Amino acid sequence: MMHFLLLFSRQGKLRLQKWFTPLPDREKKKVIRDMTLMVLARPPRSCNFLQWRDLKIVYKRYASLYFCCGLEDQDNELLTLEVLHRYVELLDKYFGNVCELDIIFNFEKAYFILDEFLMEGEILETSKKAVGTSIEEADSQQETMEEYMSKPTY
Amino acid sequence: MSPSVRLQEMIRVIRGARTQGEERGVIQRECAAIRAQFRQADNGGRSHNLAKLLYVHMLGYPAHFGQMECVRLIASPRYNEKRVGYLGAMMLLDEKQDASLLITNSIKNDLSHSSQYVQSLALCTLACMGSAEMCRDLAPEIDRLLRASNSYIKKKAALCAVHIVRKVPELGELFTPAARSLLSEKNHGVLHGAVILITELCERNPETLEQFRKVVPELVQIMKGLVMSGYSPEHNVAGISDPFLQVRILRLLRILGRNNDLASDAMNDLLAQVATNTDSSKTAGSAVLYETVLTVMDIKSESGLRVLAVNILGRFLLNNDRNIRYISMTSLQKIVQTDHNAVQRHRGTIVDCLKDQDASVKRRALELSLALVSAVNIRSLMKELLLFLSSCPPELRAHTASGIFNAAERYSPSQRWHIDTILHVLTTAGGDVRDETVPNLIQLITTATELHCYTVHKLYRALITDISQQSLVQVACWCIGEYGDLLLRGECEETEPVQVTEDDVLDALETVLQSHMSAAATRGFALTATMKLSTRITQNVDRIRSIVSIYGSCIDVELQQRAVEYNALFKKYDHMRAAVLERMPVIDKNSPGHTNGESTEGTIKERESIKLKQGEAVLIQEPTNQVCDLLDLLGGTDTLPQASPALSSTAPDSVNNSAGVGGDLLDLLGGLDLMNDKLDPAPAPSVMVYDKNGVTLKLQCDKPTGTGLTVTLTATNATDNDISGFSLQAAVPKSVQLQMKAPSGDALPARGSGQVTQTVLLNNPNKVSLKMRVRVSYSSQGSVFQDTVQIDSFPGPAWN
Repeated sequence: MMHFLLLFSRQGKLRLQKWFTPLPDREKKKVIRDMTLMVLARPPRSCNFLQWRDLKIVYKRYASLYFCCGLEDQDNELLTLEVLHRYVELLDKYFGNVCELDIIFNFEKAYFILDEFLMEGEILETSKKAVGTSIEEADSQQETMEEYMSKPTY
Repeated sequence: MSPSVRLQEMIRVIRGARTQGEERGVIQRECAAIRAQFRQADNGGRSHNLAKLLYVHMLGYPAHFGQMECVRLIASPRYNEKRVGYLGAMMLLDEKQDASLLITNSIKNDLSHSSQYVQSLALCTLACMGSAEMCRDLAPEIDRLLRASNSYIKKKAALCAVHIVRKVPELGELFTPAARSLLSEKNHGVLHGAVILITELCERNPETLEQFRKVVPELVQIMKGLVMSGYSPEHNVAGISDPFLQVRILRLLRILGRNNDLASDAMNDLLAQVATNTDSSKTAGSAVLYETVLTVMDIKSESGLRVLAVNILGRFLLNNDRNIRYISMTSLQKIVQTDHNAVQRHRGTIVDCLKDQDASVKRRALELSLALVSAVNIRSLMKELLLFLSSCPPELRAHTASGIFNAAERYSPSQRWHIDTILHVLTTAGGDVRDETVPNLIQLITTATELHCYTVHKLYRALITDISQQSLVQVACWCIGEYGDLLLRGECEETEPVQVTEDDVLDALETVLQSHMSAAATRGFALTATMKLSTRITQNVDRIRSIVSIYGSCIDVELQQRAVEYNALFKKYDHMRAAVLERMPVIDKNSPGHTNGESTEGTIKERESIKLKQGEAVLIQEPTNQVCDLLDLLGGTDTLPQASPALSSTAPDSVNNSAGVGGDLLDLLGGLDLMNDKLDPAPAPSVMVYDKNGVTLKLQCDKPTGTGLTVTLTATNATDNDISGFSLQAAVPKSVQLQMKAPSGDALPARGSGQVTQTVLLNNPNKVSLKMRVRVSYSSQGSVFQDTVQIDSFPGPAWN
């Protein structure tokens, strides 16, 4: 299973963090710091795989964003590269030519899309079309202003 | 609801802050506003406020005051608020927070909500941060959802079940039947989730594993369908149909086929098919091939399939893509122990990868190269490794150096090659070697007696070139001290001899002594070496005297002590100087005090040149009285009584030097000489190890050779009855090799009129502490006796 998925910029600013194992806040900060340092220090055309503690780290750079995840020993690194690529494709389909600013200003949507694709560190849905459809339908559940105000408050 | 404008406003403002301080100010203001909003009644903006807080949290600022708001929002009937509330719960709450328990009820209610999107929110959150109690509470609900719902919910429920099984393994049994039935689903998402669930169940419970072995044919069918199916637009990735599902199924097959011939047979065909038909030009295909290779190597596959798998890995090694080379080496590392020859075939490519630019690839190549070293390829491979050492990244140097040492120790074709290799490593990476390298190298040099001349010449050359590598300098000083006479003689067979004068040598040592680069230990070595040279050179003894007396007032306490004692040797005990400073005996790796002897305590080393290492129970009765005088003279070191056997164990070529020394010592050293003669031909003392019922067993050790030892067991019978069928059986620790020769007989006549001897050859390559258990069995007066005795210590001049 994947232990975490991080998105950060070339300056080391975190854009998205998804943790699939429970970690105390201090530990999370340490992981983020280590990942940022390690990945940003890599020269351009290097291997996308690293070893860190007992995890395999797979990272891929898309434009100005680094997608970085930590895997367990039995996980397939090459497949994870495909997973990262699939996530980027989903974001691209949703936002239309996605760029870093889209993810900054609509971070909650990036999370919603991620939650339709990955769960518990594993792939939830292998079909790109199916993920896209479920996001659209979930979005349509979002109430309009009238519906919103007509519902009882809690 | 229109897109959260207020959220985007805030983000814009925060990003507009030019300094860290400004940003902090903005965020503090915003947080205060958010806190105020949380306290207010519902105004239609609650989800926005929480979203703002989550953004602030992602920047790294504290946001725990939002936890209760998350709980409130989750309980709201509005989908917007639930959505953000659940997101907040996943980001701010984890199982360690108390507030997480408060949402259990909400989750439970939402799991049975009419809208599948609400259900999915609850499932997602449970899988993300569900604690063990929550899992236990809600497991039956999940099981229900696994069976009776649509595919959208089923796939989420499956992964939620995976989370529950990981948190509370005992609940696995609850999900087993549902998991089994999910395999017949057509929806890939559900199938994928089911395969993961089954994998988890099988990994945690061997009985479940047994059960699921029966589904191997079904899995093979599904896999075949995927591989052979035509183009499916929904699942196609670079020509492979649903590689994610394929990889997961292969992983499950691996677990099911491990250690089970039947299951492995059932999947052989499929694996061969996947291995040959999968197109690996893109990453997706390579990922599937990679997983196939891992599966083939892990199950009980037939040899043809294994060969195919290793060949695929070999092909990967030649791939241009670095990632593929990297994972190929990772896999080869896993199988290098079991399929060594197959991996050896690719040695050339692996060694080439040592020269790759990428650090990860280099690391993998290094590990694999070290694993591939064997007696056959040691020379060529070592050349490559030494080349690598000179250019490798600093974080890999220590590992490379120790790997080279290990390989050299195991497979070196000759001592000269071994010494050369170690010297090469010390010159290139002397700063990264371990501390034991210096004593190990010294020990190696002393054993290679015919190479002393060659070694000292090489080391002298290295010393005058560069004195910054401490390990090298230490070894060089030691050698020059010991074998300085060979250096000055100026002739050497193995290498071009250096023509040096005594002054040159002393200059070199003095440079080391005075240099800022030398560590304290190194200077100690240099001082001792200078002192030793006083007996090996003829003209510049005065120079040495002055050097030694200068250091008598050195600030470093260790050096000062040495210098003062050497001074004393010059002044008061000049007659003993030669004996004290003579050649060291060959240091045997067996001796337990070995590392002690190699410590940089130069003075103790001098003393040890005429004594055995501590910790050896040497039975020396005679020398004590003669050595007592020596004891007084040297100020009463209590280790001295063990003096002689060291001398006796090797041919001390400079004992003769003592002839010219003062008269009163002549007797003592002559006495030592006498003891030489006495001890060597004397039979090794025999120890009684067993004495019962009149049967005695004596043990006697003969002189060891390297790691071998000859033990003679002698049995006698003091009873009034003859003993027949006498036999001995022996057992030794695991790494020791035992060979029992034929006994002289099996009958022990009464009253000690005869005896049975049996020789046992022991080989202790790992130099473990030697113990032996001997079982004695014999028959006397018609009844059979058996007894066991454990021998923990071996006597005699065994462990020099």
